[in-house]
Amino acid sequence: MMSDFSKNHEPLRKPVPLYEQTVKDEKGRYQRFHGAFTGGFSAGYFNTVGTKEGWTPATFVSSRQQKAGRQNARPEDFMDEEDLGDHGIAPRQITTTADFASGRKDVIRDKARAITSLSAPIPGDTVLEDLVAPARSSMGVELLRKMGWKDGQGVGPRVKRRLCKQRADSATRAFGSASPPNGSSESQDEEDGEFVPENVTFAPKDVTPIDFTPKVDLHGLGYRGLNPLAALRGGPGAGHINLFTMDSDRTNSLFGEDRKGQRRRGGVAGQGFGVGAMEDDDEDIYHRDIMSNYDTVLGGEEPGNGLYGWTAPQQYNRKKKDHSKDAAYLGKILEGFTLASDKLETKTVGIFPPPNLPRDFRPVHYFRPVVDLSSVSPMVAQALQTSRGHMAQEEPSKGGRHQLDSAQRRELLGEATLQGADCSLYSSETCRHNKMSLLNPSRFAPHAEQQQQEALSVWSGPTAQAQTGQTFKPFERTPHKQARYDLYIDQLKQGDRDALELSLDPTMTEWERGRERDEFVRAALLYKPSSSSLSCRFTRGKQDDGVEADTVEVTRDQENDVDDKQAAVKMKMFGKLTRDTFEWHPDNLLCKRFNIPDPYPGSGFVGMPKVKRDKFSVFNFLTVSESPTASASPAPQGNKQSVPLYPDTFYLKCYREEFQSVGALTFIVYYQIYSLFNLITRLN
Amino acid sequence: MSFPQPKPEVPQLPQNLLRTIDCQQGAVRAVRFNADGNYLLSCGSDKSLKLWSVSRGTLLKTYSGHGYEVLDADGSYDNSQLCSCSSDKTVILWDVATGQVTRKLRGHAGKVNCVQFNEEATVILSGSIDGTVRCWDTRSRKFDPIQILDEAQDGVSSLKVSEHELLTGSVDGRVRRYDLRMGQLHVDFINSPITCVCFSADGQCTLTSSLDSTVRLLDKSTGEMLGEYTGHKMKGYKLDCCLSSKDTHVLSCSEDGHVYCWDLVEGSLMLKLPVGKAVVQSLSFHPSETRLLTAMEGRVQVWGAEPEETEEEVVVVQQEKA
Repeated sequence: MMSDFSKNHEPLRKPVPLYEQTVKDEKGRYQRFHGAFTGGFSAGYFNTVGTKEGWTPATFVSSRQQKAGRQNARPEDFMDEEDLGDHGIAPRQITTTADFASGRKDVIRDKARAITSLSAPIPGDTVLEDLVAPARSSMGVELLRKMGWKDGQGVGPRVKRRLCKQRADSATRAFGSASPPNGSSESQDEEDGEFVPENVTFAPKDVTPIDFTPKVDLHGLGYRGLNPLAALRGGPGAGHINLFTMDSDRTNSLFGEDRKGQRRRGGVAGQGFGVGAMEDDDEDIYHRDIMSNYDTVLGGEEPGNGLYGWTAPQQYNRKKKDHSKDAAYLGKILEGFTLASDKLETKTVGIFPPPNLPRDFRPVHYFRPVVDLSSVSPMVAQALQTSRGHMAQEEPSKGGRHQLDSAQRRELLGEATLQGADCSLYSSETCRHNKMSLLNPSRFAPHAEQQQQEALSVWSGPTAQAQTGQTFKPFERTPHKQARYDLYIDQLKQGDRDALELSLDPTMTEWERGRERDEFVRAALLYKPSSSSLSCRFTRGKQDDGVEADTVEVTRDQENDVDDKQAAVKMKMFGKLTRDTFEWHPDNLLCKRFNIPDPYPGSGFVGMPKVKRDKFSVFNFLTVSESPTASASPAPQGNKQSVPLYPDTFYLKCYREEFQSVGALTFIVYYQIYSLFNLITRLN
Repeated sequence: MSFPQPKPEVPQLPQNLLRTIDCQQGAVRAVRFNADGNYLLSCGSDKSLKLWSVSRGTLLKTYSGHGYEVLDADGSYDNSQLCSCSSDKTVILWDVATGQVTRKLRGHAGKVNCVQFNEEATVILSGSIDGTVRCWDTRSRKFDPIQILDEAQDGVSSLKVSEHELLTGSVDGRVRRYDLRMGQLHVDFINSPITCVCFSADGQCTLTSSLDSTVRLLDKSTGEMLGEYTGHKMKGYKLDCCLSSKDTHVLSCSEDGHVYCWDLVEGSLMLKLPVGKAVVQSLSFHPSETRLLTAMEGRVQVWGAEPEETEEEVVVVQQEKA
C-alpha cells in the first residue's frame, strides 16, 4: 500500500501458515535435524552417502595404451560439504593470492619456512623452495642474502663459538640457528674426531622469536586445540588426542622427526585408513582403544620421560641435560613461559618482622559501651572525652556520620578547602538566610550580631581571598564612605572581628555611625563574594553599563583653551601658545607600510589614549558670564564660559582640569599683554 | 679634486603660458602633476579623471568609475597606479595602463576632499568632510582602512604625506601633523578654516592657506610663524596653494582669477599670473622644474619659465603639412 511505504514502515507480511514453516537447505531439500539443532552432522544424503545413488568411486581405467596414472587420494576427496564447511574438519577460506596480497609479512608462512628449513634435506637452507619460490621476499632480505646471510642465521658480526654441544639435542633448540654444515666442536669434544680450525668464525645465533601474541581466548593455559595433522596421521597419538601437553611433549609432536612410532607422514593414517600393501611398517590392525589412554595425571606420573624408573636425584643426570635453567627446573613449564633470570628477593624484602608489643598487651578486644555524655556526671563526661577510645558522640550534627555534608566531612578529615566557587544554589544556610533577610528586614533586625558573624564568615573564607578587585562598590558616589567600606571589607577578609568598629569614622556622630554600621553589614552580606550564589553563572561585563553609564571616554590629553589660542593667533604669536602636542599611537600595519619602526610596539590601542570622564560634572551646569578677553583688567577672574545645559559629547571638555590650567594660562597671557602694554607706552 | 660649485641660478618664475588644454570635463576640480612631472591629471566634475601629456598636451586616457564629481587625484611613484577621490564618498585605485578600477574603497561618511599616496604607494590616505582621515592599504585585499584618524572636529579639507609624517588641514582651523616615527600629534591652531596645507621640500616648514585670505609659513618643530603672505582673495572656496620646486616662492590661487606668487623669505609679491576671470580652482607645481599647472573652469593652463618656443615649432610643422 502506498501509504505504508510513504511512512517508511516495512510492508506488512501475511502470517506464515504452519505447514510452510519449514527449513530447507541451499538446494531446496528439506533439512532434518539430528539431535543438535544446527550444525549436527547428518549422515550423508538422507542418511546415505553423497548422492541418491550412493557413493560412487572414481572410475579406474587402465589399458595397455593408457596406463592409469597414480591417483593420489587426498583427504579432501573423502569429505563432503559439511566437512569443508565452517564447522567441519577442513574448513576452506578465501585468501588473497600472492599477486594481490599486501606487503605485510605473512607470519604463518614465515614460521612455516623457518620450521621446514630445519627438516629439509639441507638443514638451514631452503634451496628447494627457493627454486620454485616466487620472488616475494623483500629487498632487505635480498640484500642480506647477497651478503651471505642464510635463513635461520642471526644478523651481525661473525663470532667464534662452540656448537655441537647444542647439536645433540636439537629438540630443545626450538628456533635456534642450525649449525653450519662444516662446523665442528672444539677440543672438548674430541670423541667426534673432528677438529675446528682456529680462525673459523660462525654466524651469530639467530634471535629466538618470542611470540608476543597475547592470550585473548578463554582457554586454559597451555591449551592448543586440535591438531589436524596429528588427528589424521594416526599412530599412537591418533587414538587419544592430548589437548594439554607440556613443553617436551609438544616439540616431539610438532617436528615430524623420525621416531619409532611415526608412520606415513604427509598422508592420512590411522585405523580408519588401514595399511596398504606398500607400507613398511605394520599398522597395529587390531588397535583397541582402551580407557587408560585418556587418563591424564597433572604433573606427570614420573619425573622426566624416558627415565625408565630412574629415581635417583637429578644431579647425577645433570650432565646429559642442558645447562639451561629450563631443564634444571624440575617441574613442567607451561607453553609460552620461561624461567626468570633474576631471583625475586622475597626473603629479604617481603618478610617483615612482627611488631613490638607493649608489655601489658593483651590480645583480647572488647567494645566499650557507648555513653551519652549528657546523662552522666560532668566529671565522668570530662574523663571520657579526654580518654582515648571513648565512643561518645561529639557533634554529630543531626544525624550521625551519614548526615554530614561535604564541608563538615572536610572539617573532620582535616582537608584543605578547595578554591573556587561552589555552584550549588541552595546549599548554604547563609544564602537562604540572606535571601530571607532581604525580604523581611524588620524581622531580622535584632539579629545584628548574627549578621555581623555571617559577614565575617563569608568574607574571610578562601573564596573571598580569591576575588580580584572587581567587587561591587556600593558607595561609589561618596568616596570617603567607599574608602571606609573598603577598609571594612579588607579587615573582614583578614578575619578581623572588630572590622566594623574599626572602619567607622570616629568623627561622625553616633547616629550616623550606627546607620553606617548597619549599611556596611547589609552591603557586605548582600554583595558578598558569593561562594554559593548565582555569581558563578555570571561574569562581569566588559563595558559597565548601568552603574557607570554616566562616564564617557575622552582623550586623555586635552587641548588648551581655545580663547587663549585665538588671542595668540590674533596677535600673531604662533608657537607655544598655539601648538599642542599629544601622544598618538599609529597602527602597527601603518608603520609597516610606511617602513618605519613602531614607536609604541607594545601598545594595545591605536590613536590617542583615552580615559573615562564623568559625563555630567557639576561644572557642566555652571553658567557664568563671559570674561573680557584682552586689555586692561589685570585681575584674572578665572575664565569661565557659558556652557550648554546638555553638553555635546562629541566636543567635551573636562572643566575641573580647566580651572587649574586656565588660571595659569590666563595669567601668562595677561602678563604678556601687560608687558607689551608697558613696552608700547614706554616707546610712546 | 673637487669642482667649484656652480653659480646659484637666479630663481625663475613660471610666468609664461605655455599651453591651454580644454579638458571637456565640465569644471576641473583639481589638476595634478604626476611623480616625475611628465603627465598631468585632471579631475572633472563630469565624474571622469583624465591623464594628459604635459609636453604635447594630448589626452592619453580617461578613467571613468566614480559616481560623482572627482575632487582630487594622485599618481604613484612608478606611474603604474592612480588614486582618486570623489564626492560619492569613495576612493578609487586605478591601474594606469588598463584603466580598470583596482579597488573601490568605501568607508567615508561624506565627500572625500583630498587623497594622496605615500612614498612607496603602499598606503592611500584620504581626508573627508566627515572629519576623518582614513589610511587604506593598497597591498592587501581588505576593504577596511588600516587606521582612522578622527581627531579633527570638522571636515578635513587637505592632506599631504611625506616619508613619515601626515599633515592635515581641517575646517576647524587646526593643522594636525601626525608624526608616525615619534608617535606624536602636533596641533597648530590657525583660527580660520584651512583650505590647503603642504610640506616644504626641505622638511622644515609647512605652508597653510586659510579662509582669512592668508597663507602662513609655519615652522614644523616649534609651530612658530615664519612668514605670512597676503594680498590674494580666499574667502569662501577651497583653493590650493603650493611652494615652488626649490622652496623659493609661495604660490596661491585666488578667487579673483589670478595666481599670486610671493618670495618666500621676504614675503613680497613677485608675480601675479592672469589666468582668467573666474576663480582659479587648483594649481600644482612641477616636482623639479619651473612649471606650473593651473585649473580654471573647464581648462588647464601650463605655465613655464621659458616662453613657448616648442609650441611654435609644432605650429610650424602643422602649417607645413597643410
